[in-house]
Formats: sequence, structure tokens, C-alpha cells
Amino acid sequence: MSGDGQELSHWFDDEAGPVVRPYAMTRGRTTSPNQHRLDLIAVVVTEEYASDPEADNSLSPEHVDIVELCRDAPQSVAELAAELDLPIGVVRVLIGDLVEDELVHVTRPVPPAELPDESILRDVISGLRAL
Amino acid sequence: MIFGRTERGKAPVEPVTLKILVAGGFGVGKTTLVGAVSEIKPLRTEELLTEAGRPVDDTSGVEGKHTTTVAMDFGRITLREDLVLYLFGTPGQDRFWFLWDELATGALGAVVLADTRRLEDCFAAVDYFERRSIPFVVGVNCFEGASRYPAEDVRQALDLDSAVPVVLCDARGRESVKEVLIEVVQHAMAYAAERRHTVTG
Repeated sequence: MSGDGQELSHWFDDEAGPVVRPYAMTRGRTTSPNQHRLDLIAVVVTEEYASDPEADNSLSPEHVDIVELCRDAPQSVAELAAELDLPIGVVRVLIGDLVEDELVHVTRPVPPAELPDESILRDVISGLRAL
Repeated sequence: MIFGRTERGKAPVEPVTLKILVAGGFGVGKTTLVGAVSEIKPLRTEELLTEAGRPVDDTSGVEGKHTTTVAMDFGRITLREDLVLYLFGTPGQDRFWFLWDELATGALGAVVLADTRRLEDCFAAVDYFERRSIPFVVGVNCFEGASRYPAEDVRQALDLDSAVPVVLCDARGRESVKEVLIEVVQHAMAYAAERRHTVTG
């Protein structure tokens, strides 16, 4: 490694970029106290009574985005992260806040170590055939 | 919008979501496969890696850099309004194994995509799924110009259990990829039935 500091051959990819800043949105939190780790395909659904999240001063614009995005169409954690262009860890914390505020709820996918119902798997197969 | 817009006041459908992983070496066609069947252009999510997250990397000389990102591409297939299948391409680099654990949790099964010109690139993925008892199918991506081997030769070369399906496929072809995914689900069903049988004696 050279001593220059800028010309080092990095172990990470060039695209890594500056990456701590997003956690400013979570006020430095990397986990959410009441939330166990949300699966990437857990689905976030906005509560019907969450009418005007923008009026809530405690919410960041990103919180409001999530509430609005999931209002008409529930979305998975992975989709929200891609849509908002935020790291998954950040999105998890934001969702955790919203669950705590009871503005959204999260439907959990099939629990780990359990396979879904055979009938669901049959539906998946016929769904794939019909594509 | 994602799962079909619903009328105001009517509760949106909360779908059951499932995931299948797509693993294999770098450049073997994982994102191509996802894109061939996904109803959306494959999306990219990123996860930040922190100090605690990368125990094996030697970071001497880059101490100023405490985090980096790793990308995962994924696609979506809405099978029914209330049934959605996600496909996740696993990060290609071996140093991101720990991210696989999270992806693999609750996964229905996996496709290990193999290229016969460099079969060794998928050894790690095969090992991974075998050890964690995650049902998987080996898809041999038939690149143009690559000499084709019978599926049995690939099975032998990978030392696969006889129950593991090996299918020849074209990661760019929608029909071909559909067949691979159906194979994964069927294998997962058989695998689950087998396990139930073992448990109940």
C-alpha cells in the first residue's frame, strides 16, 4: 500500500462511496428497540387512520415517504429501500419508528425454518406456469 | 404502485411473500436470470457494512474507511394479488457470506447458477446450501459458445446428492427460467415432505 492515502488499492468497491451519512436520518440509530430484524420481504402496510403524516412534526420526510408509499399498495422492505434509495438498515429503523407510532404495521413472511403450506407452494407452481 | 392500487377506504391486500435465492459465481448471469422473469427491472438494495460486520477483511491501511456497501439485486413476480414471489441475487463476493444468512432465512429454496467453463465458481454456493439444508437446484447456464455437458456430468463434477435436480437453462430466456423456478418449488415440496416423513418416523 502506498502512503498517499488517496491512491490505496481498496478492499472495497469504488461504488461504495460515502456511506455513514444515511444514518443521520435515523439519528445515528442502527437498530430499532422494539423491532426484531425485519425480513427483506416483510410487507409494510399503512394503517388506515394514518391520514396526514406530514402534520406530525416528529416524522422525517423519509418517514412520510414510507407512510405514503405503503398506503395504497403495501410494499416489501427491499422495495422500500430500493425506491427510497436508502440502505436496508436505515429503512428498517425508519419502519420501526412508524410501527411504534402505529402508523404502519408489518406482515411477517413465513417464519424461518418453516416451509409454507404445501397448498401455497402448489399455487406458486401454477402461478409460475401461467406467467 | 406495487401490488395494484386499491380504492380509497378499502383495505389494501396484504400479500403472502416468498423468496427464492439466485446464487453462483461472479458474472454467471444471476441478475440476467432475475430480469428474465421479473415484472420489474431488477432493483438494487444496498446494505451498509460496518466494522462488526466484516470480521475477515484486512482493513489495514484503510482505517479511515469504516463502512462500505454491498448491493443485492432483486426482482418480483406477482403470482396473484395476494401471492408475491421475490428473487434475490446473492452478492457474488465470498466475503459477504454473512449477508447470505439473512437472505437465506425463510427462503423457499435456491437456484445455484453454474457455468461449465468455470464450474468451481459455484462450489461455495453448493456448500452453503447443503450445510444449511436449504433445498436448491443447479441451473447450468448454457452460454453460447460454451461446450455443453450432460447434466449428469455436472452432477458428478459437483458431487451432488442424487436428489438435487440439475437443469440446463438459458438465463436470458423467460420460459427456461420459469422451468428452473418451478423445479425449485417442486424440489422444495419434495424436500419438505421428506423431512416431515423423517420427523414423524
